[in-house]
Amino acid sequence: MSATSARPSPAAQPSGSAFILKKALISALVALVLFSLMIGVRTEAGPQGGLIYWTRFGDLAALVATVFGGSIVVELLRQWWGPVDKDSIVPKPVQSAISFAGRWLAPALLVFTFLVPVIFYNQRYILDLSILVLTYVMLGWGLNVVVGLAGLLDLGYVAFYAVGAYSYALLATNFGLSFWVCLPLAGILAAFWGVLLGFPVLRLRGDYLAIVTLAFGEIIRLVIINWQSLTGGPNGVSGIPRPTMFGIPLTPGDDGLAAKLGIEFSPTHRLVFLFYVILAMALLTNWVTIRLRRLPIGRAWEALREDEVACRALGINTTTTKLTAFATGAMFGGLAGAFFATRQGFISPESFTFQESALVLAIVVLGGMGSQLGVALAALAMIGGFELFRGLDQYRMLVFGIAMVLLMIWRPRGLIGHRAPTVFLERNQAISSDLVKEGHG
Amino acid sequence: MSGDHILIVDRLMMRFGGIVAVNELSFAAERRKITALIGPNGAGKTTVFNCITGFYRPSGGAIRLAHDDGRTIQLERLNDFRISKQAKVARTFQNIRLFPGMTALENLMVAQHNALMRASGLTLLGLLGLPSWREAEARAIELGRTWLNRVGLLDRADDAAGNLPYGDQRRLEIARAMCTEPALLCLDEPAAGLNARESGGLNELLLSIRNEQGTSILLIEHDMSVVMEISDHIVVMDYGVKIAEGTPQAVRDDPKVIAAYLGADEEEAIAVMESGT
Repeated sequence: MSATSARPSPAAQPSGSAFILKKALISALVALVLFSLMIGVRTEAGPQGGLIYWTRFGDLAALVATVFGGSIVVELLRQWWGPVDKDSIVPKPVQSAISFAGRWLAPALLVFTFLVPVIFYNQRYILDLSILVLTYVMLGWGLNVVVGLAGLLDLGYVAFYAVGAYSYALLATNFGLSFWVCLPLAGILAAFWGVLLGFPVLRLRGDYLAIVTLAFGEIIRLVIINWQSLTGGPNGVSGIPRPTMFGIPLTPGDDGLAAKLGIEFSPTHRLVFLFYVILAMALLTNWVTIRLRRLPIGRAWEALREDEVACRALGINTTTTKLTAFATGAMFGGLAGAFFATRQGFISPESFTFQESALVLAIVVLGGMGSQLGVALAALAMIGGFELFRGLDQYRMLVFGIAMVLLMIWRPRGLIGHRAPTVFLERNQAISSDLVKEGHG
Repeated sequence: MSGDHILIVDRLMMRFGGIVAVNELSFAAERRKITALIGPNGAGKTTVFNCITGFYRPSGGAIRLAHDDGRTIQLERLNDFRISKQAKVARTFQNIRLFPGMTALENLMVAQHNALMRASGLTLLGLLGLPSWREAEARAIELGRTWLNRVGLLDRADDAAGNLPYGDQRRLEIARAMCTEPALLCLDEPAAGLNARESGGLNELLLSIRNEQGTSILLIEHDMSVVMEISDHIVVMDYGVKIAEGTPQAVRDDPKVIAAYLGADEEEAIAVMESGT
């Protein structure tokens, strides 16, 4: 459906005070129904174990009145602004400023990221947080291949993260293999599991695909919990070796990096090292994805998202195309998992719950499906923002939820909703998100 | 059958449960000719198309494709994407199926997927950006440019396919099918929704594809101005069976065809025709 037909024309929009009052009354009524039980009646377990309740009609009335007043204000603002339109809601100078910033945002962000360990060298918290953000950037970019490019809704992405993490943890603790040997192995193993997941879900679309991938994520977690002899079950794997810089450990001992360089040992060295490792891995993910988009396989992924039947009519093997998308996405997830294991030094099934899958998916959707910069910004906003709201305690989730709802109203196709073409003759112009399909699953 | 038939449909059967959509249909399409498949709505034309292009597996019968090099391919044994990849049969759809969020040029690049996959060494060489891959990509873009030019869309190459007007989308879909370099091009109602000027342009395009590329064309069409003007051979279907075939002139005068289209009995149609002449 085109956006223009959905938008009410300004002439048809009623604007009388009766209309505003009617709308506000309806909102207030909805609020009354919603809050009458949630706020109006408070229940608690009494001293005898029975249920006691009391009423809070004052609070309820205040809330409903707020909704009523707020609704009038919102409606007045809306009429003052004119018809709700992307072009008119944001003034022209701001738009041009945004597009200017957009061109420089990615390089500026990249330069800043490189400098983070220099600027925040003494702030361990920020370094730790940036490593976490970068891990999610990498996960987001990995899942972006599956969800954003190929349009296959994957709710079990954490499974590959877990496979990667456990691959490294078990190979390192059992066979003493180093991080750099295990990293590609973890990627390959995760890709293998990606293909394994891919086979049964090839015929599924949309909701069905989402449910099966969700189940797959849970299966992996449950296997890890229950296969005690191999994975240590709920106790997890501890004592996972830290990464070395080409064989030189970052330890305070004589053979450590600090001693070799003749500088004083500091635990921050390892953090900085980890930071650059995950930065390099994330950038590799980004580079590969950007390259793949311009290769026939990447175009086939996007074509698959747009129209699977047309793909088949053009001689594209949709089976292998889907499997490669799953495998590529899973591989990046696995690599990120191996990094996670080496950073933490300890992993347990608790780190790989559905919440992680949902978080990474939220990053991809919020960023604008298919957009590399959008995913990076969304990871920064989600993980960084979540930390930012830490002071709000129990309201953190509430504020966060409201922020997400507002963002989705304002930009339903994510922060960066438009699609950049992979090849052009003369003009490299972005494609409006109204035309880009989301895929059938 | 004679050697210059590219497509031979032999007693094709297609059943959906108890319904027989296509019943023992036999016809042949000549090489480098335009064959039209016509008939009233519900005659089973699109079902025949879906059998030929691998979207349905026929319940019975055979569909043979004879390539220029003498290879004969049993289309009913191939399925899905292999029809296009191995048998070199391309198709368009009744309701246009472009990739709306991709540019016109990208649509044509996707059509060259299999050739480009080989050139990119199954992605690995392309990932490294080797010169051989870059050349192949440049050639693919050039082929895309050529076809955009042929269908008059060169100036809209970088526009999203979904933003193009209806007539342009129809032509782009044909260009996309041609970018797979097919031996047989199957068009499902290419003139549907086009105005008189546009369908005139479509006629020229299809004739030039036949004459310059030497591609055989099989088309379903309701627009008689297109069918009668460019077809070399017409097959008429009704209720899943062939009721007539021949040159446009012969088909036009066939009482059975007129009866099928007017929905009247054969005797009545003959009576109408005789009273007219």
